[in-house]
Amino acid sequence: MTISPMDLAGSAVTLLLAMVLPAMLVTRHQRLLVNAGFILTAIASLLAAAAGGWTVSAGMTNQAILAVGLPDLPFHLRIDPLAGFFLVVVGLLSFFVSIYSIGYVKGFLGQRPLNRLVIFYSLFLAGMFMVILADDALFFLIAWEVMAAASYFLVLFEDERIENRRAAFLYIVVAHVGAIAILLSFGVMAGLVTGFEGFHGYTFDAMRKADFSPEWATAAFLLAFFGFSAKAGVIPLHVWLPEAHPVAPSNVSALMSGVMLKTAIYGIIRVTFDLISVFPWWWGALVLITGLISAVMGVLFALMQNDLKRLLAYSSVENIGIILIGIGLAMIFTSFQLHLLAGLALIAGLYHVLNHAMFKGLLFMGAGAVLHAAHERNMEKMGGLIHMLPWTSALFLIGCISISGLPPFNGFVSEWLTFQAFLLSPSLPSPLMKLLIPMGAALLALTAALSAACFVKAFGITFLGHWRGEHKPDVRETNWLMRSGMIMAAVLCLCLGILPTVVIDWMDKVPEQLVGASISSSAGAFGWMWLTPVARERASYSGPMVFLVIIAVIVIAYLLLHVRSGAIRRVPLWDCGFEKVNQRMQYTSTSFAMPIRRIFGFIFSIREQVKPGTPATDRTFPVKIHYYLRIRDRFWGWLYKPLVDVSFWISRRVGRLQQGRIQSYLIYSFVTIIVLLMFMR
Amino acid sequence: MNLYPFITEILQILIILAVSPAFVGWVRMLKCWLQGRTSAGLFQPYRDIMKLFAKDVILAENASWIFRLTPYLVFGTATLAGGIVPMLSLDLPLSASADVIVLVALFAIARFFTALAGMDIGTAFGGMGSSREMTIASLAEPAMLMAIFTISLAARSTSLSQIVQVIYSGQSVLRPSLAFAFIAFVLISLAETGRIPVDNPATHLELTMIHEAMILEYSGRHLALIEWAGMMKLALFMALGAALFFPWGIDASNTATGAALAFLFLLLKLAASGVVLVLIETGLAKMRLFRLTEFLGSAFLMATLGMLSFFILE
Repeated sequence: MTISPMDLAGSAVTLLLAMVLPAMLVTRHQRLLVNAGFILTAIASLLAAAAGGWTVSAGMTNQAILAVGLPDLPFHLRIDPLAGFFLVVVGLLSFFVSIYSIGYVKGFLGQRPLNRLVIFYSLFLAGMFMVILADDALFFLIAWEVMAAASYFLVLFEDERIENRRAAFLYIVVAHVGAIAILLSFGVMAGLVTGFEGFHGYTFDAMRKADFSPEWATAAFLLAFFGFSAKAGVIPLHVWLPEAHPVAPSNVSALMSGVMLKTAIYGIIRVTFDLISVFPWWWGALVLITGLISAVMGVLFALMQNDLKRLLAYSSVENIGIILIGIGLAMIFTSFQLHLLAGLALIAGLYHVLNHAMFKGLLFMGAGAVLHAAHERNMEKMGGLIHMLPWTSALFLIGCISISGLPPFNGFVSEWLTFQAFLLSPSLPSPLMKLLIPMGAALLALTAALSAACFVKAFGITFLGHWRGEHKPDVRETNWLMRSGMIMAAVLCLCLGILPTVVIDWMDKVPEQLVGASISSSAGAFGWMWLTPVARERASYSGPMVFLVIIAVIVIAYLLLHVRSGAIRRVPLWDCGFEKVNQRMQYTSTSFAMPIRRIFGFIFSIREQVKPGTPATDRTFPVKIHYYLRIRDRFWGWLYKPLVDVSFWISRRVGRLQQGRIQSYLIYSFVTIIVLLMFMR
Repeated sequence: MNLYPFITEILQILIILAVSPAFVGWVRMLKCWLQGRTSAGLFQPYRDIMKLFAKDVILAENASWIFRLTPYLVFGTATLAGGIVPMLSLDLPLSASADVIVLVALFAIARFFTALAGMDIGTAFGGMGSSREMTIASLAEPAMLMAIFTISLAARSTSLSQIVQVIYSGQSVLRPSLAFAFIAFVLISLAETGRIPVDNPATHLELTMIHEAMILEYSGRHLALIEWAGMMKLALFMALGAALFFPWGIDASNTATGAALAFLFLLLKLAASGVVLVLIETGLAKMRLFRLTEFLGSAFLMATLGMLSFFILE
């Protein structure tokens, strides 16, 4: 008997779903529940990742039909290179996070029953895998809802706090508005296939084969883009993200930020490149512009945050923007039939999908480790943790370097590829696009530079300097399970940065499937060490060389300087002869971001007040002052508040119908029947 | 295997290591002359570095490994960058492993770690320097990349040796796009290397220092490495500008005489760029921090104009 990737992926999903019932029944042996539960999810994740990796490297497509669901509407499953790639992304990170969770969740033991966490965690994973495997609209939407509902309950895990309940509510509302749009989009496409008569248009296969008229295709695309953007947290649909991600348990936030947002990216790629497949250039321009706005504003918002996990959540908005930039460019190139360039841009976007999953997963796990050890999320109160958490800090630093797009780590590779795609835009036939697209490259450069500033702040304030809070807690390094989850992600960050040719060679089947071009023949033309996306004369980058030369120079310089005895004297800090330096004199998160807040202040709604403290003593030498700063998202006031107000207004008006008297209700029914009889003869 | 390119590569790295202190000495000397002071001579930076290497390191009690790693890392990236910018020859093995975007990113990684080191001790100055440096960098980097993109659009490549080759062999007609890009590049170089009007390398005044504030706690060999790397960065930016906009003299023929000639040309170009740098620095005063947005904004505008004129005029 031979096995296929579909069997592997199917057994992963089955395992995850089958876990649910036993997990419900275990009430007394919570430790066993945690250990067994997360080991099983780790195994299932590995299975799914293996299935995906196999599919992509072999470039094959597997299909299956499950005879469950409504009569005559079986579930269709399909695993092709695109699905396989996302299975690898989701599977790898959820494997790391599952290992991490065994250690992390132990912190909750004895505080509360953990059945809910384990059950919804495995349902959440199953939902994500099913979204990727689905090959018909019905199954896709069911899986999508399983994923959304499970993650809702995970956000709500610590439900005794009001802000968690609010965040979860906001999340589920936005998720459902998005889901409605996706439903409508599939409805439009399925309806066009069968002319709104039969049900057979609901499979993706039927949609792939159909030719849509441009207007309807546009409607379907816009609806799908809106719906998936709501899930991906694209600005201006991002408001739920910085609320929901920080309050979830950190292992869940790692998954939500690292991979759940990617399922929305998967949806966008699937609908545009695969289902509709022929589209005008302005769709790509729309995706590109939204991506640019999300990237720049996301990182600016991230810079303003003082809560470590909120900062990471906003930075996810930024990274989703960078991914959309790659995809938007690929769409533009595709619509002008520049297949090779489209392949390059798509590889850049997908590479960033993989990279972001790794480093954002790593960073959220690191933030979780800090939270676990120091019981603090507010950076203004942290500092000096590098001495107490040597492992966590080193791993978090790797995440910070990677996400800032610095060589030789992985974030740089995808940003570099995106820049190369931007620089190839002069091959476009339209002069206007030639002019405008390189401006996008400048915005991407701004994003990269700001994100470096943001993560200098995140790492510097959290781990360096002195503890900024009142009482220094007893902080101890995290357990080995949490560490090993992070170490694996960190190692992958480095490998993805150093060996881009190998990875691109592997994932090249995805652009081949979607845009009909492969770039691996040129990308690795000069051996595995040199990445040359188009041609050697055009551009080349060698991660291993950069890495090795820097290491070599460091080692040589170190050895040369330590031929003589290199005495180091440790002394207290020099305080310039003034008052003793204390931890209150350090720069804080707010003060670090102050210059950028002032320069880009017009983007936020900022209220800043300085008041003399009480008792109002000497004005010249105040003993105490109050500083008040509030930074808010302008989108909340611009977009959401009016929407909320309008919906309340409408509900109040409609609510007048409800009077509580049976007579009036009978009249409503009577009038309705009369009207129906008149029109529906 | 042809060994010649490797020899030029190593030679070039050694040259930039050796010449950069003299270049800084040259700049300081010119500045002294212009300001009517007596200079300490061309070789004072060497004496400074030697002195620092001979001293013991004094470290604050709570300095972490990041503080100790940073000098070596900064020095390492500067050395690697020295191997990438074509100065002697076009055929450099390291040049193929890193294009101009990687070069910018190499300076970024040095800056990233310097900023972290500034925050490591927990003094107010360190944090202040880090915050300002990262702010300036986040405005300078897009402008820098825009200027470079203008050139690489003209050369259809981001690889430095390829750009140099195209501009070298190509139409010697002065292109308007390159002129704009050059102005932008000059403005950004001032910001990136921490010169007046953006930062003052000679100051230790609390409220104005940026780069110096971050490295205030360094001493001994650590400080020597950082200072040396800073000198290399300054010389490298000059050499990069010379290579991108005035590539004449760089050896394309792979001969020893060609390389020797290129070395002479390099010295000449560095000397000339030193004069320009000093004239700019003496003519301007240091700007307030929040005026810098206008300065870097105009650099960005210049680069954008360069790109527009490339598409419209060329």
